[in-house]
Amino acid sequence: MSINMNRRDFIKVAGMGAGSLAFATPLFDFTKGEVLAPDAVPGMYAKKTPTYCEICFWKCAGWVHTNQDGTIWKVTGHDDDPHSNGRLCPRGTGGVGMYNDEDRLKTPLIRTEVGGIQTFREASWDEAFTYIAEGLKKVGEEHGPECTALFSHGSGGKYFGDLLKAFGSNNITAPSYAQCRGPREVGFFATYGEGVGSPERVDIRDTRCLVLIGSHFGENMHNGPVQEIAQATAKGASIITVDPRFSTIASKSKFWLPIKPATDMALLLAWMHVIINEGLYDEDYVEKYTYGFEDLKAHVAQMTPEWAYGLTTIKPETIRETAREMANASPRVIIHPGRHVTWYGDDTQRLRAVAILNALLGSWGRRGGYYNPEKVSFKSYPHPPFPKPTRSWKDAFPGKYKLAGLSLASGICDATIPTVERDCSFKAWIVNGTNLIHTLPNQANTLKAIQALDLMVVVDTMPMEITGYADVILPECTYLERYDNIRVSPHREPTLALRMPAAKPKYNTKPAWWMAKGIAEKMGLGHFFPWNDIEEKLDWELKQVGSSLEEMKRLGVKKLDRSYDDLYPMENLEDFEFNTNTGKIELYSTAMEDEGYDPLPKYKAHEEPPEGYYRLIYGRAPMHTFSRTANNPNLTDLMDENSVWVNPKVAKAWDLKNNQYLWLENQDGVVSKTQIKVRITERIRFDSVYMVHGFGHTNKKLTRAHGRGASDADLITKVHIDPEMGGTGMRGNFVTFRFEAGEEVSS
Amino acid sequence: MRYAMAIDTLKCVGCNDCVVACQTENNVPIGHCRDWIVEKTTGTYPDLQLEIRSERCNHCANAPCVRTCPTEASHYAEGGIVLVEESECIGCKACITSCPYDARFIHPEGYVDKCTFCIHRVEKGQDPACVSVCPTHCMVFGDLDDPNSDISRAMATRKWKSLIPEAGTDPKVFYLI
Repeated sequence: MSINMNRRDFIKVAGMGAGSLAFATPLFDFTKGEVLAPDAVPGMYAKKTPTYCEICFWKCAGWVHTNQDGTIWKVTGHDDDPHSNGRLCPRGTGGVGMYNDEDRLKTPLIRTEVGGIQTFREASWDEAFTYIAEGLKKVGEEHGPECTALFSHGSGGKYFGDLLKAFGSNNITAPSYAQCRGPREVGFFATYGEGVGSPERVDIRDTRCLVLIGSHFGENMHNGPVQEIAQATAKGASIITVDPRFSTIASKSKFWLPIKPATDMALLLAWMHVIINEGLYDEDYVEKYTYGFEDLKAHVAQMTPEWAYGLTTIKPETIRETAREMANASPRVIIHPGRHVTWYGDDTQRLRAVAILNALLGSWGRRGGYYNPEKVSFKSYPHPPFPKPTRSWKDAFPGKYKLAGLSLASGICDATIPTVERDCSFKAWIVNGTNLIHTLPNQANTLKAIQALDLMVVVDTMPMEITGYADVILPECTYLERYDNIRVSPHREPTLALRMPAAKPKYNTKPAWWMAKGIAEKMGLGHFFPWNDIEEKLDWELKQVGSSLEEMKRLGVKKLDRSYDDLYPMENLEDFEFNTNTGKIELYSTAMEDEGYDPLPKYKAHEEPPEGYYRLIYGRAPMHTFSRTANNPNLTDLMDENSVWVNPKVAKAWDLKNNQYLWLENQDGVVSKTQIKVRITERIRFDSVYMVHGFGHTNKKLTRAHGRGASDADLITKVHIDPEMGGTGMRGNFVTFRFEAGEEVSS
Repeated sequence: MRYAMAIDTLKCVGCNDCVVACQTENNVPIGHCRDWIVEKTTGTYPDLQLEIRSERCNHCANAPCVRTCPTEASHYAEGGIVLVEESECIGCKACITSCPYDARFIHPEGYVDKCTFCIHRVEKGQDPACVSVCPTHCMVFGDLDDPNSDISRAMATRKWKSLIPEAGTDPKVFYLI
């Protein structure tokens, strides 16, 4: 067997799915395990089965309602679930579209060559597992098991992670760190000795003032916070939104600060200046808990609202007024850390500033500020100890990204490209549930890395662009058709949630646990998966925490009591030792200083768009998650393409018309692969354009998504790396309008 | 009994959950919808206002669709809910033309379809699907004749408007503003 692929052509995953298997399932009543007559009447409600959603990472628990014929009718929220409170967001409600999508991956595929042309051939699971096992073992023998990596952004990734750990690699990564929330975890950890986590520990429900910097809840449909914002504002809470775009939440805010992009740090420092100089900070809290107040005071002494005005375009009086608004609400105030915060490369420092501002107002550990989450202490099914890897991805970056708490997806991608200095270039990737072509910035770099691999395995439910570069594609069944690990997530109260199959997997698709265990067995690593099937594993694990699989099948969600009554541990200035060098909240970060980084956040000017170019800002739509949902029939029905938001003044200068299609070209001459529709709107600043991420798919096998809208990822070629933790700042790209296509692209 | 719905425009974020919930609940074919989202922006940057509304059949007490229907397929059900009896509908589209809210469409199977206030759920004491899923709880459904119903209270304590009042249709969908 040869897995030497020097030339890895993109293959459009053709309709080679097992068509004959396609419609076999509705006749099998999975709920009862019996075959129904072909004329069983659909549309009759029969049963509900617990699940937690996989359409985004919020993982709301709910119920899957099935018809009598075993097909899925609808998905609804679970009343006992703190993530959803009985109500799913549109993506969760439309989750059934993922199950019904006829473009799904249908059977295992292996790259092959026919007459000089690369193509995929259908394979049995056994063949596919053998191919992968041999490929991984070969990489292990030639380069060491550490040269294998997993990219994962899905629940099934846990099992492939265990496979790699069993093999001897701990290079397990998710783009949700270095391409998303990493800087905030590092910034808050440096300040409080704890990160923010997910779901975020923000007590929006009881807040009196919520400050959002670039966060666009409502469009960004994180279910819990959107629900709690509605509750809090109904009780009179005010919102301050900082955004160059008049977002939905800006329209519901008491203050909207239409900031000049890339100057948020100046605003944060000026707010600190006002709060300190006007004596608005929480003196007792700062005195008891914090370290470095005098240093901070001196640091921001010159950073007046007048200084910030010249940078941010926010009027000094507005800066003062909003600072007082926050202080009046203190300690029930949240300067929200945001989630996707990899913007300009100084993001860890900006999130440090956010953390410091919260500390000045005494909101950490207080009701209406930041609560102390708790999760169930959960034991995994026992297995032999994993071998200890001798190398990790970090070895490829000596002296860099010293505060990175998790592995960097972009770092592993970079370290895959061979250089003279590196002896640990990656040779094999497993990619689970993440379309790296749209997820990682700088596509050319990603493709270069892929070409350097000996083996790439892609596990997905859909023929996403990344599948076209795979050597082996494993079709995963959707979350509605499978078990995954128990959801054990931190919240005000610890909860458990079960996902179990509500329907038999369509086509020849399988759950990740079954695949990972099967590959492990082929590799002689089966003893690391010592359970016979997933039910045995889950039942054992649940029994350790006083539940059982049988109970969870009935309940779906189980709430447990908190171990300690410490939801708001600093509410009454209780003694508390923070997990920092000084045991205090570090306004002045000794950990940053020790590693050679700025101990206090500084304003840094960022590059501005050249004439005729506009800063590319991207965000979310409530009915889509990344590029993952772009082909979902229910969600595509709500929104089937993105548009580029253009201020009317800009439109006039370029003679643009509403709904006109054009291409975008960035500062490096890279042109969007597809066209995008113009939306002329007052809701965007004149120096920026905006688009929703996740569109512009180029794989024809995504029949609803193909060619619809454009991809911001195409245009993010310039990346500003966060020196502290390696985050990829992606908001420093500028685009102009182009009225004819770029060069022909092969994919 | 007078069923009505009120939608809080201050809470609604226009997420479309009501739309997709209706589609799945009622098996509305993809490509059609019984409810939808309207966004209206007014003003000039940076002095802007945005109103977001979830719209649907207004279940008018003086419904032009019922008046114009030649076969009485469009009719009032209990509580004033306006329904279409599929088997009586001849697909003539008179109701579609007469509806000032553009709330009706031809179902691929040939009859006219629209919002039913999820009467099959209301009969069981449940809220319509759109109301039951809304993450912001921006919708209230209930009986205007009951002064203690959530909707009567919302209408009594909040400013509200209805759409195209000049059409004289006496709509039963209200917007809290």
